[in-house]
Amino acid sequence: MHELSIASSIVEAASEHLRQLGGGRIKAVRLRIGALSCVHEDALRYGFDLVREGTPLATAVLAITAVPVRIWCPTCRVESELSGIQRFACPACGHLSGDIRAGRELDIESLEIETEHAVQPTAAGEIHA
Amino acid sequence: MTTGTTNGPRVLEVRTRILKKNDELAREMRREFESLGLLVVNMVSSPGTGKTAFLKETLTRLTQRGIPAAAVVGDLETDNDARRLALSGAPVRQIMTHGMCHLEADMVREHLAGWNLSAFHYLFIENVGNLVCPTSWDLGESVRLALLSVTEGEDKPLKYPGLFNTADLATITKIDLAEACDFDREAAHANIAAVRPGMRIIETSSKHGSGIEEWLDYLAARRSAMKPSGCAFPAPPASPTGETSRSGIAMQ
Repeated sequence: MHELSIASSIVEAASEHLRQLGGGRIKAVRLRIGALSCVHEDALRYGFDLVREGTPLATAVLAITAVPVRIWCPTCRVESELSGIQRFACPACGHLSGDIRAGRELDIESLEIETEHAVQPTAAGEIHA
Repeated sequence: MTTGTTNGPRVLEVRTRILKKNDELAREMRREFESLGLLVVNMVSSPGTGKTAFLKETLTRLTQRGIPAAAVVGDLETDNDARRLALSGAPVRQIMTHGMCHLEADMVREHLAGWNLSAFHYLFIENVGNLVCPTSWDLGESVRLALLSVTEGEDKPLKYPGLFNTADLATITKIDLAEACDFDREAAHANIAAVRPGMRIIETSSKHGSGIEEWLDYLAARRSAMKPSGCAFPAPPASPTGETSRSGIAMQ
């Protein structure tokens, strides 16, 4: 259940961003999770529920975008999405390709925050209403 | 600025790796290891694949040849593996994770304290036996080795593609048992190639010693290709930032 470690890292990273903005709370965390990341969404949500208590993410929602694998085929010179992760072959010509262009994401895309005061964009990221 | 009042929700675009902290530490460790001429190998497999026997044979041969190597070994409980490996004559430390299913970079760093790393040519990290959880944690290694034993079945790579896909090299262990297990070599090779196209595969037997020299030659070649302060492993796909983690993901 490594998802618990991942959930802890999410809380830690999001709390750090919030601290830089002077506090407040986080309403939602948007994640991009690649098909190759070995993260199970239900396990991550379960882990997140456990570790967020008593943090500024106590009521935060996890919005997860699943990212499929995309590979580059050097023969067809085209990037294609794969329907699974058991065969890294070009859907058009069938050649195996290890040139993976997407699917390993384990990223925090954005945070929906509610601060105590108006905030300015920082080096940590851009802010928009 | 309005203080004391709560503003409406705002969206902060952060676009960062969830495991950024681990990735940054691992990158720093890899830089240090490579600048010292130390080739670090992260060994990953299911429990029972024969990681410890394989590592013991590796350490024994290196030690006999006067090639300095060390190992850290991760398990949930017991220091049994460290004791087994220490019989090789190489320095070994046990990391007991007490329930945690994978190693993280800071755990490795903590267990290296006090060792003169520049004295070693190789450092082996035997990860916790698990084919899922260790996938996303970069330990600062230059080589990730995935082991698959003939007793596990040829389709293991298809069942756990995520981990095999992050490896640089695969070994098929316990090859001496292949016949007894009706092991289909061709299918195993094809399955590994399907989930990690182009990855080199070495068949080994820790019991009979087959394939171990080929593995040691691979290590020697990787170490000699390692330029101090350079990057030993093949460049991952280009990222917009130019910075990459072990798994080839752009980091911020």
